[in-house]
Amino acid sequence: MVSIHRTVALVASLALGAAFIASSAYAVDGRAIAMSGNNAGAPACAACHGDGGEGRPDAGYPRLAGLDARYLSTQLHDFADGRRASDVMHPVAKALRPGEREALASYFASLATPPAAGGKKPDAKALAVGAALAERGDWSKGLPACEQCHGPKGQGVGAAFPKLAGQSAEYIAAQLRAWKSGQRSNDPLHLMTGVATKLDDRQVAAVAAYFASLDSKPVAAANAERKP
Amino acid sequence: MHSPSNFQTWIIGVGFIGLAVFIGYKLPRPAAPTAESTLAESAVPSAPAKPAAQASFSPPAEGQIPDTEFGKIVQLGSNIFSNTQANAKEFVGNALQCANCHIDKGRLANSAPLWAAYVAYPAYRAKNGHVNTFQERLQGCFRFSMNGKAPPLGSPVLVALESYAYYLAKGAPTGVNLPGRGYPKVQKVAKIDAAHGSQVYAEKCALCHGADGQGQSAPDGATVFPPLWGPRSYNWGAGMTSINNAAGFIKANMPLSQGNTLSDQEAWDVAVFVDSHERPQDPRFAGSVAETRKKYHDSAMSMYGQTVDGVVLGQNSPPAGPPATNGPTN
Repeated sequence: MVSIHRTVALVASLALGAAFIASSAYAVDGRAIAMSGNNAGAPACAACHGDGGEGRPDAGYPRLAGLDARYLSTQLHDFADGRRASDVMHPVAKALRPGEREALASYFASLATPPAAGGKKPDAKALAVGAALAERGDWSKGLPACEQCHGPKGQGVGAAFPKLAGQSAEYIAAQLRAWKSGQRSNDPLHLMTGVATKLDDRQVAAVAAYFASLDSKPVAAANAERKP
Repeated sequence: MHSPSNFQTWIIGVGFIGLAVFIGYKLPRPAAPTAESTLAESAVPSAPAKPAAQASFSPPAEGQIPDTEFGKIVQLGSNIFSNTQANAKEFVGNALQCANCHIDKGRLANSAPLWAAYVAYPAYRAKNGHVNTFQERLQGCFRFSMNGKAPPLGSPVLVALESYAYYLAKGAPTGVNLPGRGYPKVQKVAKIDAAHGSQVYAEKCALCHGADGQGQSAPDGATVFPPLWGPRSYNWGAGMTSINNAAGFIKANMPLSQGNTLSDQEAWDVAVFVDSHERPQDPRFAGSVAETRKKYHDSAMSMYGQTVDGVVLGQNSPPAGPPATNGPTN
């Protein structure tokens, strides 16, 4: 009799243990980690990226809300293994387990937070220069329009060309400088390195200000119906 | 006999030569071309080497379209060119924009710029065996490259596109084959290899055009990276199905912003890989694939009617033209 109870107890506890492990692996709460950290060395994302992932433009912490989940998860992986250099994000990303990175990426991708206040006020001339580069580029230098890859009004395309509309100008400018100097080099085909190299400081500031000034609201499927 | 005047003569002669050299050196020279001078000033590495056919013609700078009745039509042409999907919907049967293969809105040399095409018409075309006006040439773009239907001659869409091309060609000499016209010729290679092309594609093209070649759109549905094969791409009648055309376009312009970085071999191989997939039928279909190949694709540069992976290309093509909704297609 005693042995049967023991066996049942043993099996029950094993099953419970397995269920616990399974649930913690497959039901990662991205929101919880974003707000409170993962208790394993990764702080709350919200501390720098805002409660709604809207970022802190004045500090150059980027907006994460509404970015493509695959893009975000690639950046976290690249931060973790050093393919993308960042003193701040490297230890944070490393402290996140792969399942947690995916959960966070999905979580932030799902947010439609309105743009954060703050950041420098753009001047009209810079916006005009930025708009021209965004919409036409400068093909005399082999510089494409940003929209040719990042989509009309910088709404982003697929997993590899992130949304720029409503992103922090300080952050965009910092990334362009990082590609130019070689400090950032995880860009596929080194497309952004080539692009950034062709921009001077004034153009970097202009294009960053332009995209920061655009509406970050997700764009509904409007014109251009898909033909079968 | 040596005389003092001999030495004097020498001095005077050398003096003259020296003066001539000095004057020649001081003559003004034309300023060196500086497309990259602003880059040099900011101490930034220069752009990669430009293609061999350096165009001497430049279209008017951006933002110069006049604010007149004529200018409005030119602007419409420009809008149609960059967003054909939205602005010429009824004539389009796929997901492409003119500007996908005529980069920088038809302005870029070696990317089949409009300004070079405009001054080359009217012209005899072997493709249809008669002299074509420029508008008729544009009809071909819609019928084949856009897998759509030809806008009627004189219709607003063609008038707008012709006006835009005329505007870009300002000052260009008529009847001259301008440097930068069309796509450059890529030097022939010993063997063209679609299997290698598939590797080039995966490495350098799939990022934008998709592993499945179906392109990518923005969230609002606008085509950003065009499909290169399949039902939403150019049909079998399009010039891009000629492998030499595709290789030329690709070599000079792809990956976007990294033109002239692929080797000739890579350009040929990826061109034949792209053009070895099914796409909408040739609108001139002549009853059978074999007949159509004989009439219109009888060349080593066409994969139409060839067997790839056990399937004859052209055999399973979706019908040419836009989906039959209201009214006949071409």
